[in-house]
Amino acid sequence: MRMLQALADAFAMIGALDRDVLSIVGLSLRVSLAAVALGCLVGLPAGALLAIARFPGRDAVVAALNALMGLPPVVVGLVIYLLLSRSGILGPLGLLFTPAAMILAQTVLVTPLIAALARGILEDSERELGEQLRSLRLSPWHRARTLLFDARFSLVVAVLAAFGRAVSEVGAVLVVGGNIAGSTRTMTTAISLETQKGDLPLALALGLVLMTLVLAVNLAAGLVRGHAMRAYG
Amino acid sequence: MSALLPIVIEALAFRPCGAAVIDGLSATIATPGITAIVGPNGAGKSVTLRLLDGLLVPDGGSIRFGTRQAADVRRAMVFQRPALIRASVHDNVALALAAEGLARREAAARVGAALERVGLARRSREAARRLSGGEQQRLALARALVTEPELILLDEPTANLDPGATDVIEGIVAGLAQAGVKVILVSHNLGQVARLAGDVLVLAGGRAVEHGPARSVLTSPRTPEARAYLNGELPWTRFAAAS
Amino acid sequence: MDPFRRRLLALAAAVLVAIPGAARAQERSITVASTTSTEQSGLFGRLLPAFTKATGIAVRVVAVGTGQALDIGRRGDADVVLVHDKAAEERFVTEGFAARRQDVMYNDFVIVGPKGDPAGAAGADIREALRRIAAARALFVSRGDKSGTHAAELRYWRDAGVDPASGQGAWYREIGQGMGPALNTASVQNAYLLADRGTWLSFKNRGELAILVEGDRRLFNQYGIMLVSPARHPHVKAAEGQAFIDWLVSPAGQGTVAGYTIEGQQLFFPNARAERS
Repeated sequence: MRMLQALADAFAMIGALDRDVLSIVGLSLRVSLAAVALGCLVGLPAGALLAIARFPGRDAVVAALNALMGLPPVVVGLVIYLLLSRSGILGPLGLLFTPAAMILAQTVLVTPLIAALARGILEDSERELGEQLRSLRLSPWHRARTLLFDARFSLVVAVLAAFGRAVSEVGAVLVVGGNIAGSTRTMTTAISLETQKGDLPLALALGLVLMTLVLAVNLAAGLVRGHAMRAYG
Repeated sequence: MSALLPIVIEALAFRPCGAAVIDGLSATIATPGITAIVGPNGAGKSVTLRLLDGLLVPDGGSIRFGTRQAADVRRAMVFQRPALIRASVHDNVALALAAEGLARREAAARVGAALERVGLARRSREAARRLSGGEQQRLALARALVTEPELILLDEPTANLDPGATDVIEGIVAGLAQAGVKVILVSHNLGQVARLAGDVLVLAGGRAVEHGPARSVLTSPRTPEARAYLNGELPWTRFAAAS
Repeated sequence: MDPFRRRLLALAAAVLVAIPGAARAQERSITVASTTSTEQSGLFGRLLPAFTKATGIAVRVVAVGTGQALDIGRRGDADVVLVHDKAAEERFVTEGFAARRQDVMYNDFVIVGPKGDPAGAAGADIREALRRIAAARALFVSRGDKSGTHAAELRYWRDAGVDPASGQGAWYREIGQGMGPALNTASVQNAYLLADRGTWLSFKNRGELAILVEGDRRLFNQYGIMLVSPARHPHVKAAEGQAFIDWLVSPAGQGTVAGYTIEGQQLFFPNARAERS
């Protein structure tokens, strides 16, 4: 019963536009979306170039990239922490314990994921279109761009996977963000904190809110994607 | 502009991973119009077309285009499958112009003209992949035409099409040849070869076994390989192994 | 411009909008590295708004174990450190990372354990209680995270003349986590543990646990505050940081500390000395 009550409370807080909860949800979304966007800017072209490139040692690069998909968030968080610390190389930027640090850490986490998934998707696209594009004498970069554009609806899956990883990740954002109330507290670090305080029902309720959010994003993307795929075949 | 012809193929060899696909192919294509390449599966027709396009690099021998540098020859290839991207009809054709760095308005005008030639001008805003099979192949032709090539390479462009769609494509190809574009066509459709081609090159086992005017090659082939293929004799592999 | 490039530009624009939005911070703010006990007990939730209202300075709290909080201070990643391990704090000063430390307040530790008290540890003598727990080989959960509470626990074991490492892997369980997870673990396993009263009072998942040992003067837990040395880390916001310290040891700050209660119980007892050196 306490659980149901807490769940009702959590949704009531959202319904009532509780500022604390809303700012936490907002920060989670902003950090994850920014990280995914940055990850796309780097990961999509990298995956596409890898999909069309043929060079010695390519298999090793692909294997390494696939392995990077499993980067442990805590390790990434620690490395970024050491870099951004005032005593670290990037210390003068003063980014530690800010959302920017969290975006950076999550970008490092999701970029290999996006690149690796894009590489897999675009290799299929390359099999279908690659010869035609080379025959049109497009530059490798232009061919990569064209494959990305052609496979854009399939790539939504890679982007969603990256968003899912970013928004549900706790290890890295906790270390580099510091879980500062009102500043760097996200859904996941708030859940972690409530768990530590022994308020398990509230933690679980927040978890359900997070899952609802992820589900909503996926449903929306799925609808857009389905519609677009029907339109373009 | 100096002459594209004759196209001289000399002792051409292509051996990916050691297995010879093209093995000492020599031929001289001197006549304008449409040249058909025929031969059984595995004879090396498609590979020869890709070597002519520059998609593949030969392991031996040479291809010369008249007095021209190969890199300067404006070529375009149309594949058996149209390989269209998920974009509008217009954008698929415009893709072929991407490398030329044209102003947008000029590019649009050329795309429009190319679509006009294949009868798709009114469909330019539609999604390319929603077109019928025949329309898609016409679109692929427009994409090849838009760069105003001197040489068009067609790899079984009507293999997947019904007779009506095939007829339309053949009309467009014949028109191109009349307009002075050199066409090299790989086809299994001997009726099509008879309707379109001026000369016919018969390949077998990665070599040219016969080359001559379409009428004489199709009606009275001189070599046993060509005769066997044209008569639909089986098993063809007996001759391939012997050569 | 082709559609692809348009999309790429839109994406870049979105990122540029998102990052400054996410990175913007309060105009005047300081970062305080402190302990989970102060954060999770809810004290900061009472203190900080009062301070910000009085001075206009926002306080960002990174709540970790005392050991990690001191490390954050050493690296220059916080302006002020508020922790509870006097020996470690004095080392911090000796090493030159702070000019001085000041007492702020104390709270007290309690031994929490199963209501049935199988080891018979209940009472007001921490040393006797620990000896009985060890003798009974009753489950005991230790933070094991180099926090102030962990340091205090090890000190009590030493005072009791018991080496808990002998029970390692059997009845003595180091979990290497914060106060909350330690309480959760003890709650599930019906184990004894040392907790600060504040975290215990605000802890909701108590299960069968109850306070068994309290009131021993040895259980008093002193909190100290230090400004990270601007000589060591020039970017430290010395003026704002010092303002926070000054406020906390002033009658206004001390009164706010004293006024914070849970279930009618005062959690922290202010004991800053009035004079400043």
